[in-house]
Amino acid sequence: MVKFVTENFIPARVHVRDDSALFQKYGEKYGAQWTPTILELDADGVERHRIEGFLPGDDFLSQLMLGRAQIAFAQQQWDEAEKRFREIVDKFPHTDAAPEALYWAGVSQYKGSNNNVFLKNTAQAFKEQYQDTTWAKKSSVWG
Amino acid sequence: MEIQFRHDVDNVLAEASQQKKPILLDFSAAPM
Repeated sequence: MVKFVTENFIPARVHVRDDSALFQKYGEKYGAQWTPTILELDADGVERHRIEGFLPGDDFLSQLMLGRAQIAFAQQQWDEAEKRFREIVDKFPHTDAAPEALYWAGVSQYKGSNNNVFLKNTAQAFKEQYQDTTWAKKSSVWG
Repeated sequence: MEIQFRHDVDNVLAEASQQKKPILLDFSAAPM
């Protein structure tokens, strides 16, 4: 966890009491109304992922990885985004982040190739796993 | 080993832009 964060992010914290002025300033800017709220911002300070409320170890790390993948996706780094999304499915298949990552891995492949087969393959993958998730419903339109 | 969080968010935002490195911004109420 520490390694992942320090390698991929500049970590900053605003505390509701100890940094009250900063908490108010950035809480308003980013719409943080509850703690813990963890935002993953790209290098330009644009929010790319949000985690609200406590999550235990693997769930938290997989959500952090989801944000890191979404940053690559937003930068249209399709191959890197797909790789990051698939890493979540491979390492943390039982977390809530996994089906979301599987969905976006397929979208990343499609965006990088403009080939519909990757969306169809993703829809097929959802027929074999994560069938009861929102992401399976969203992918069902692809075939 | 713990994450060394910074609290100078204005500087963090400026440095992130220069370094092209993303930011993890934690709004916390945990004891410090």
